[in-house]
This record gives sequence, C-alpha cells and structure tokens, in this order.
Amino acid sequence: MLSSEAVRPEAGRPEAKRDVGRHRLPIRRGEAWTALLFLLPSLVIFTVFLFYPFFSSIYLSLHLTDPRGRVVEYVGTDNYIRILTDPYFLGSLKTTGLFALYTVPTTIVLALIAAFLSRQVRRGQAGIRFVYALPMAVSVGTGAVIWGLLFNPSVGLLNAGLHALGLGPVFWLSDPKWALFSVSLMTVWLNFGFAYIVLVGGMEAIPEELYESARLDGAGLWSLFRFIVLPLLSPHLFFLLVVSVIGALQAFGQIHLLTQGGPMNATNVYVYNLYLEAFRDYRFGTGSAMALVLFALVLVLTLAQFRVLEKRVHYQ
Amino acid sequence: MRANNSQDRNDRVGLIVALSLFVLALFVLFPLLYTVATSLMSAEEMLSGRPHLIPERPTLANYAKALEAAPLVRFVENSAIVSVAVTVGQLITASLAAYAFAFLRFPGRNLLFFVYLSTMMIPWEVAIIPNYLTVVRLEWLDTYQGLIVPFLANAFGVFLLRQAFLQIPKDVLDAAKIDGASHFWTYARIALPTARPAIATLGVYTFLVTWNMYLWPLIITSDEKMRTVQIGVGMLQFQEFSEWNVVLAGIVIVLLPSLAVLIFGLRSLIGGLTAGALKG
Repeated sequence: MLSSEAVRPEAGRPEAKRDVGRHRLPIRRGEAWTALLFLLPSLVIFTVFLFYPFFSSIYLSLHLTDPRGRVVEYVGTDNYIRILTDPYFLGSLKTTGLFALYTVPTTIVLALIAAFLSRQVRRGQAGIRFVYALPMAVSVGTGAVIWGLLFNPSVGLLNAGLHALGLGPVFWLSDPKWALFSVSLMTVWLNFGFAYIVLVGGMEAIPEELYESARLDGAGLWSLFRFIVLPLLSPHLFFLLVVSVIGALQAFGQIHLLTQGGPMNATNVYVYNLYLEAFRDYRFGTGSAMALVLFALVLVLTLAQFRVLEKRVHYQ
Repeated sequence: MRANNSQDRNDRVGLIVALSLFVLALFVLFPLLYTVATSLMSAEEMLSGRPHLIPERPTLANYAKALEAAPLVRFVENSAIVSVAVTVGQLITASLAAYAFAFLRFPGRNLLFFVYLSTMMIPWEVAIIPNYLTVVRLEWLDTYQGLIVPFLANAFGVFLLRQAFLQIPKDVLDAAKIDGASHFWTYARIALPTARPAIATLGVYTFLVTWNMYLWPLIITSDEKMRTVQIGVGMLQFQEFSEWNVVLAGIVIVLLPSLAVLIFGLRSLIGGLTAGALKG
C-alpha cells in the first residue's frame, strides 16, 4: 500500500502547493519512486535482453559450450586467440572493411546530391521526396530478391543492358571479382532512402533567409553548397556517417540471400561469419568472442569518428 | 549582354540539376518499376524476345499463383502483428522513461541516462547468442512473444522523446503542478499530446525497422506459419516452382504495407529522426 501511495506523490496533496517555491529541494522520496515506476518497463527489457546478454556473452566467450549452449569448460582467452589467428575470420574482417568502404561514402554522397538538388526544384517537392525515400520501405529481404533477379546472368536485366551496349555478360554474384561489388551496389540502393531522409531533414532546418541572401549575393549553386549547405549540414552528415558505419559492420540479410558468403568467401562479411559459427555450427563460445570483437570494433570506430571529425562539425 | 550570359548559365545549371535528379531517380526507381512490370507479365512474355519494361499483355495471374504458392497473407499478418506490437510497446516504454529523464529527480539520474545512451553503442548482434539461448529456455521459439518482447525497449526512442519533452514550456508544467496534477496525469495529458510529432516519427521509424527485421526472425522461427514477410519472401526464390514472375508478384504484395506506412509517415520522418540527436 505504501508504494501505491508513493507513486502519486503530489496528487491532491496540500503540500504540492507549498512545493512550488522550493525548486531547489534536492530529491523527494516520492519522486524517486515515481521515476522507478516510469523507468521499470524499459529497465526490465534492457536488463533481460541487453545487459544480461552482454555479460553472458563475455562469460560464454571464455568457455567451451555444447551445441545446446551449456558451458563445458573454462578455456580462458583461447576462443579469442582462435578467431584472431583464423585466416577465415581475418578474411571476413577485411571483406567487411571493404564493404563499408564501398557502401558508406557512396550512399552518403549520392543522398547528399539528391537532397541538395531536390531542394532547388520549386514544384513537386512531395513527389520527388517520396521517390527518393522509397528504398526506406524496402527491406533487405525483398530488396535482395529483386536485385537477385536483376543480377541473374541469363534473364537479368543488367546483363541484357550490357549486351545492348555490346559488352560481355558479367557474373555479378558468382564471379569472386564482382560479387562484393554487386552486393555493395544493392546495399547502396537499399540504404539510399534512409540517408536521403536524414539529409533532406537537415536541409529543411537551414533557414530560407540564409539561402535567399546567399542567392541575392550572386552565389552559384556550387558556392551555395560549399559555403552554406555543407557547413550547416555537417551535424547530419556526421550522424549519418556514424550510423552508416555501424550499419555496414552489421550487414547480414543481403549476404545470406544473395551469396551465402561466397563465391570463394568473397562476400563473407562479419555478421554472416558470426551467424555460421553460432547458428550453423553451434559454437557459442567462439561465436560470443566474435560478437564481442564486433562490439569493440564498433566502439573504437565510433569514438575515433567522434575524435577526428566532431571538431569539424558545425553545430548551430 | 551580361544578362543574357547569366541567363544561359542559369539554363545550363538548371539542365544539369534536372538531369542529375533524373538519373538518381532512375537508379532508385528502376528496380521497383522492373518488379511491378515483370509481375504483370506472363513467364512466356518475359523470356521471349528482348527484355522490356512495359507488359504487352498485362495479367494478374502471377498474383493469384503467388498467393497459392506460399502463405503470403499469413506472412504479412505475422509481420503486421509483430511490427504493431513492437511499435506500440516501444512508444510506451520509451515515453515513460523519457518522462522520468526529462522531469523527475532521482538519485543516479545522469548515470542511468548515460547507461541508456550507451546501449545504442551495443550492436544487437552482441546480445544475439544469449538472447537465442534465453528464448530457447523460455520455449519462445516460433512464438510471437519471441519475436516481440526482446524489442520492446530501445534507447533511441527514449532519447528522441526526452528531447521532445524538454521543449515543453515550463509554465505549462508548472501550471499542472500547481493544480496538483500527478506525474502520470502530466505524462498522459500534457507530455504525450505535446510530443505528438516526435511520437509519430518514432512510430513510423520503429514500424519500418521492425517490419524489415531479418536476422532475429530467421534464427528463432522454423515453422512456416510463424515466418515473417522478410524470411518468407526470401524462401520464395528458393522454392521449386521459382517462376520469377510469380516471385515478383509476391514481392509486390508484401511491399504494399510498408509502402503505405512510408506514404503516410514520410512527413514525420523528415527532420524528425535527427531532432533528438542534433538539436538541443
């Protein structure tokens, strides 16, 4: 009963009025209880499905497990040593790096061009935005099926197009030299919608007067972009960069559906490798070690981006 | 003379702008136009002669076949149930937590907020093995709760809504306080209605992200009846009949719900997604 009283600390109580003038009062017990109640739902979910698993991953990564996930024996750092000396794992690390390098800058630059130029158009804004945002509604599953058909060497339209130009067929997904490029192309398309939405939102936040006055001063499109839009958009670009790099390190669905990591491991990205280790081979110990190395990578990369780039970001 | 020159230059710039916009739009639209066009062609038409985009004899037969070949409607239902539940759940947990962080004073508030924020740095894959084992232990494989419950809280939402709540004018809150309103009343009657735009943004975003989820449903569902759209569609292309036109008709069917959400929600997404992170 006491706690149910405590959750409504001010309801209808005479002290509530007297409290108005006492803003500096440190912490009232009732308020702390209310806070706990408000936080409880998210705290429970975080604890069970995020905090506990995080520590459980650390524990598992130091052990050998059976296929049902039960700990067999303590192996110390063996799992880490095993994956970090495994050429297969190191290969997947390199593939993921290349994948991020191919997809992240390309997506951001294309979305930036689209966001900047679409603001120059006076009419049909809503339609233009909808078109560019479209991939946001396409999931990795559906997107992969569509592109899988476009890439198809015999019936796919991409090769038909090349043929019309007199170029030979490209084995988009089965040629080790092309596979990562092809998967990246599909990923750029898939992520374009989100990037565009973020950047167009940033463009909208730029005051129209600033824009007009630059134009009256005779600024061309390039100087408008270089001296007004780019600096004012830098927080959005920075946000997008951090989010996109993390996203690229987590790529999975398109690989699972299009190439299964092949051909010759050319597209064996990090999370796909982790998926095989844990959910095909049921090695949860090494799988957890991989998951934690991924966490460390995300952490280091994100902090590095903050250190190197945040100084250049111009916050309004 | 000068005016003429700059007029020429403007025309040329305008042309370049239009051309670039067109090429980019083509890049975005082409795969989707191709999907819709091919889904309306018969297999014979697609395979005979040169590839083309406009169906000569449009037919809906593929749609009927797609609906027969796979329980597409069931997949869509599953995804809809999961996405709506996760969206509503996240809106509730996030807005409650956001209210506490924005307006309530309690010991360890800053530390806890920092902990919440730092969960955004944990890629979900880090938790996936223990979560899988948890779900196995709870016997939640192939169930809705297995697909829903782990995603009922998300720090991004807490962050976004907290920023929105902090924009509420102080007089409004003080007035409620003087009237003796409880925190729950203030939350439900003042905070939530005022933050409606941010809630819309978060809702649309969470719905689309959940609808598009792939790895988790892949791992914890094996019963075809519990498959979500994304896994079900992926399976379509591996099925024996593998008639491309039918597969693409299936794709169009499962695209419709998320397209509808994008049409109605785009306005909320633009500008709303980064409002929490970049302002204030």
